[in-house]
Amino acid sequence: MTDKNNNDNWPLWEVFTQPKSGKPHEHAGSLHAPDEEMALQNARDTYARRNEGVSIWVVQSKHITASTPDDMGPFFDPANDKPYRHPQFYSVPRAVKKRS
Amino acid sequence: MITTKELTKQEAFLTYLLRLADDRLILGQRNSEWCGHGPQLEEDLALANISLDMIGHATALYEYAAEIEDKGHDEDYFAFFRDDRNFTNLQLCELPKGDFGFTIARHFLFSAFSYFQYERLKNAKDEQFAGMVNKHLKEIKYHLRHTREWVLRLGDGTEESHQRIQESFDELWMYTGELFYMDEVDEWMIKEGLGVDSSTFKEDWKGLVENTLTEATLTVPDWDQFMMSGSRKGIHTEHLGHLLAQMQFLRRSYPDAEWK
Repeated sequence: MTDKNNNDNWPLWEVFTQPKSGKPHEHAGSLHAPDEEMALQNARDTYARRNEGVSIWVVQSKHITASTPDDMGPFFDPANDKPYRHPQFYSVPRAVKKRS
Repeated sequence: MITTKELTKQEAFLTYLLRLADDRLILGQRNSEWCGHGPQLEEDLALANISLDMIGHATALYEYAAEIEDKGHDEDYFAFFRDDRNFTNLQLCELPKGDFGFTIARHFLFSAFSYFQYERLKNAKDEQFAGMVNKHLKEIKYHLRHTREWVLRLGDGTEESHQRIQESFDELWMYTGELFYMDEVDEWMIKEGLGVDSSTFKEDWKGLVENTLTEATLTVPDWDQFMMSGSRKGIHTEHLGHLLAQMQFLRRSYPDAEWK
C-alpha cells in the first residue's frame, strides 16, 4: 500500500460531479484521501450529500496541468477582436427559435 | 418487556421493530461522538453522515412502532422516555467509541450483519415495513463498503494500525454472538412472513467477515469463545446508562420544548 502513515502524506484530489446524465462533470472542490477508492468515498460524503448528482470523478490534483496567469495574453487575448467566431450574425429561423 | 407466555402478533411486531430501532439509535448516537473529532476532516464528515443515517433509520422504525403500538406515543417517546432496561439494543452497539479502529471494526461487523438481514427483510409481507427496509438498505450498503475499505487499510496499513484494529476485533468478538440471538418474537415474525431467520445467513456473514479480516492480514478471533448475552431482554453493559443520560437529559428536563 502507498505511504499513508501521516495525514500530511495524503494526496490532494479534485472532485467533479455530474448533475444529470448527459451533462458535463463540473468541478465541485478538492479533498485529501489516501487512494482512489477512499477519494471516491470522501467525495461522496463531502460533495454529494444534497442530491448533487449522478456520477463522480476524482483525479489527483497533481495530474492536472493548468495554464498560468502569464498565459492569459497569448491564450485568450487573440479571441477578443474576432467576433466572427461567434455565430450571432446568422438569423435564426423562427421554428428553431421556438424550440430553444 | 414482554414476559407473558401468550405473545400476540402485535406485541411481537412492536418488539421486533424496537430491537431494530434501538440498535440503530444507540450506535448512531455513539458514532456521533466523533463529530468534530474525526481523524481527518473528510472522515469526520463520513462518520457524521453514517451516524445521521443510523438515527434516521431508527426514527422511521420508531414511528412505525408507535403506529403498531397504538398508545399515542411518538418516536421521541421511544428514544427519550424509556430507561436502560427497556432498551433492547445489542451490547455491541453501546460500547464506548474507542479509537478510530474500534469504531470502524464495530461498524463493519454491524453493517455486514444489517446488510444480510435487510436483504431478506425487504421481502417482508408488510408494505410499509418492507418499503423502509429497502430504502435504508442502500445506505447500509454504503456503510458496509466504507467500513470494509477502512478495515482493509488499517489491517494492512502500518504496524500500529494493524495492531490496534486487531485488538479491537479481539475485544469486540464476544459481543458478536448476540447478533444471531432469536426468541419467540423472531419465531412469530418468521411465521408471519415479517421477520427473518438469522441462522439462514450466519455462514454468509461469517464468510464476509473472515474474508475481509484475512484480506486485511488480520487474525480471525476464536468463534467458540464466551459470548455475552441478554441485551434483547434489556440486560446491558454499564456503558448504556451513561449514553442515555447524555442523550435523554435535555428532552427530559424540558419535555415540552419544541424546535422553533
